Amino acid sequence: MGVVQTDQMVLNIGPQHPSTHGVLRLEVMTDGEIVSQIKPHLGYLHRCFEKHSENVTYEQVIPFTDRCDYLASMNSNFGYVVTMEELMEIKVSDRVEYIRVIMGELNRIASHLLALGVYGLDIGAFTPFLYMLRDRERILDMFEYTCGARLLYNYMWVGGVSHDLPKDFEKICIGFLDYFEPQIEEYNNLLTYNKIFIERTADVGVIPADVAISYGVSGPNLRGSGVNWDVRKDEPYSIYDRFEFDVPIGEGKFGTLGDCFDRYWVRMLEIKESVRILRQALKDLPSGDVHQALPKKIRPPKGSIYRRTESPRGDLGYYIISDGSPIPSRVKMRSPAFTALSCLDEVSKGWMISDVIAILGSLDIVLGEIDR
Amino acid sequence: MNIEEIKSAITNKFSGSVIENDELSKNQIEIKGSKWLEVATFMRDNPDLSFDQLECITGVDMGEESNLQSRYNLHSMEYRHKVEIVINHDRKKPEISSVEQVWRIGDWFERETYDMFGISYKGHRDLRRILCPDDWEGWPLRKDYEGQESYHGIVVPKIKEEEEWE
Amino acid sequence: MTVDFLIDWFSTIGNFPILAFILAVVISGIPLFLFMALNAMVAVYAERKVSAFMMDRIGPMGQGPGLHAGKWGLLQTVADAIKLLVKEDTIPQTSDKLLFKMAPFIIFIGAFLGLAAVPFNSSLQVVDFNVGVFYIIAVGSIGVIGIVMAGWSSNNKWSLYGAMRSAAQIISYEIPAGLSIIIPIMMAGTMNLQTMIQFQSGSIWGILPNWIIFNNPFTFLAFFIFFISAVAETNRTPFDIPEAESELVAGWMTEYSGFRWAVFFLSEYANMFVVSGLAVAGFLGGWQSPIPGMFDSAGWGLFWFMVKVIFLIFLMMWFRWTFPRLRVDQLMHVCWKVFIPIAMFNIFGVGIWKLIIG
Repeated sequence: MGVVQTDQMVLNIGPQHPSTHGVLRLEVMTDGEIVSQIKPHLGYLHRCFEKHSENVTYEQVIPFTDRCDYLASMNSNFGYVVTMEELMEIKVSDRVEYIRVIMGELNRIASHLLALGVYGLDIGAFTPFLYMLRDRERILDMFEYTCGARLLYNYMWVGGVSHDLPKDFEKICIGFLDYFEPQIEEYNNLLTYNKIFIERTADVGVIPADVAISYGVSGPNLRGSGVNWDVRKDEPYSIYDRFEFDVPIGEGKFGTLGDCFDRYWVRMLEIKESVRILRQALKDLPSGDVHQALPKKIRPPKGSIYRRTESPRGDLGYYIISDGSPIPSRVKMRSPAFTALSCLDEVSKGWMISDVIAILGSLDIVLGEIDR
Repeated sequence: MNIEEIKSAITNKFSGSVIENDELSKNQIEIKGSKWLEVATFMRDNPDLSFDQLECITGVDMGEESNLQSRYNLHSMEYRHKVEIVINHDRKKPEISSVEQVWRIGDWFERETYDMFGISYKGHRDLRRILCPDDWEGWPLRKDYEGQESYHGIVVPKIKEEEEWE
Repeated sequence: MTVDFLIDWFSTIGNFPILAFILAVVISGIPLFLFMALNAMVAVYAERKVSAFMMDRIGPMGQGPGLHAGKWGLLQTVADAIKLLVKEDTIPQTSDKLLFKMAPFIIFIGAFLGLAAVPFNSSLQVVDFNVGVFYIIAVGSIGVIGIVMAGWSSNNKWSLYGAMRSAAQIISYEIPAGLSIIIPIMMAGTMNLQTMIQFQSGSIWGILPNWIIFNNPFTFLAFFIFFISAVAETNRTPFDIPEAESELVAGWMTEYSGFRWAVFFLSEYANMFVVSGLAVAGFLGGWQSPIPGMFDSAGWGLFWFMVKVIFLIFLMMWFRWTFPRLRVDQLMHVCWKVFIPIAMFNIFGVGIWKLIIG
């Protein structure tokens, strides 16, 4: 008997691959099925967001933010306008704040639904994906009803929002929430409590809390590792301090703390919290004007600001430097998916190819935001 | 800890490394680039500071005649305080020690800043372009950046000179 | 028994044994092939509709008799088939061309040969081997050679992964499947499918049909092991890791297109039919009526057999659209550490049962 020799093989996952969630290329070193190293190659979707921003006015940056995180455009807008308003030190009316929170939370639900559904797809379950898209569709319909767009809204403007809510929006939204809440249990029965799903996700791809923090992992991924950090709660922006909601954190429900299942589960719980916020916001929604009198070309005072907000993927930060002209001197987006992806190599070592797909899916990356 | 306490903690350990600058906004500290790695390690490991998270690295070009800057947004999960470190670089030869082994996310953030501004990070183990292709020329986000005329035979369309705003 | 019948019939006409044999094989083979194609067409349509209804969709609605306003997309698979047949047949430049071209047909042969021994009713069976069970299991494993050939010759890493996984999976799951199908053989004392089905006539206590699955607890368990192993052998979800589309793009089929790919498809559905047929013959009474003593003419026999097989195929579809996919090591774990011990215990149990109760 000779000695059995194995050799390392380079496997190229992507840029065209069913489950890289966009155009991501992973250079994977494998020994059989076991992965020893992953080198992500980014930039296939680089659209020069930051360079563009230096050539357009402050208002014109907003449509670009839509296209960064195209699954949570409302939250991208939200982060940008919050940062701008903090830089310009203006206060917007209560109605605008409420509308923004409603839109942001609806978009969070939509984004999480897609994330969870696609995660099911990565694991091999097709049906939950369509169930979740079915419900996401109703949220998109509401957005379309409000601002005419289904995916890229350009809805929140500095100092206001582009359109007021349609007059029966509240009724539609409450109707949706009443329909939607029992659906969460349906998803759980279909996918979450499935034995195979638990086997595939529990204990897989554990990100310990210190590693997560060091890699700048944020949002549901960080909370999945058991760190209680939510910008909405800890650095409240807009009017999030008026609402009562919990920050779900991972607890190792079926396995180790910080595994894929925890990240998945935190998202599922967050949907419930978003519904809670929405119900409160819809109840208190004040009336008023949604446009603030601002000059056509806004000129923020000279200075710089870094502000982060909680997007469905984590801490979405904007760094805006103004030189007093109507064109920003620098806009930098700190994208949460970018930081989440950076820990893939560390987390995936020693797991199998199927697990890499599971880990990648659990990080819920959006390539539009990574490459900007 | 507030910003003054953080500043004095750094000054006590590394005297002369903090540069007083009145133009900075309220939570910024400007420090000298020469000892950045030591300062960064201290800021992470000191139990009172405990900046365990590097939120963001932003490269800034202050203008064609002026400096390049790196701005580091640090945050402490333990104490929930934050600070922004500003470091100026010489435009001719922007160089700074890498903090990728202090905060692991520094790896990609530094690669991004390198990619966009050409700030080179000493001690970075894998300093390659991250968003642009490897053979891209120039540093796109610098104010004096001139685009390539063609890239692998693809002619880069010239952007018409826009008229000044207003 | 069609072949035997035809040979007998030809021998009454004249004495030309070789020609008679060839004619008999061809005459019974062509309908079998047509049946295989029809089976794939119906199954693909059913799969589309079943999956659609499970997913809260309506599935294909456009194609059907009468142009675009067609009924329920009835002609969807016909359109699919035409599309696949006229599609360009790409062969990668760096592939091993001979093996690449041969692979689909080897898989096809495996599925086709298996179909020859499926007992549709008491007389409608192409060949009635005295070792029918053994024969189906044996030709069923030819397919894996084709899969490995396809994976290797494609010169593509995804294909190679798919093929390796597939080989490991099919060879492993043949063991619990084989051990479980031994139980009907023990019960009936024969490997002949017709005799085995005859054994299952009558009833237990006048209520239950006397099918092997209801005979004793061990056989009941054995059926499930056999069926799950059969699902695994046909590479369907939750055991579809060889072609796991979210991991391996399309596994060993990645480089195939057009007609060759259609042949894979055809074989997959034929394989599903064959393993379901074997499960029905071995455990569910074959073409015996579920109500003992009623509806058991030959025509009804065909009906009952098809109903049972279609039900099992439906179950497979149900699995596919409900379950996530297992990981390759979990798959092996289930096979070697769970199914094989239980299957062995079953054989022991059935032996004791037969000894004591009869």
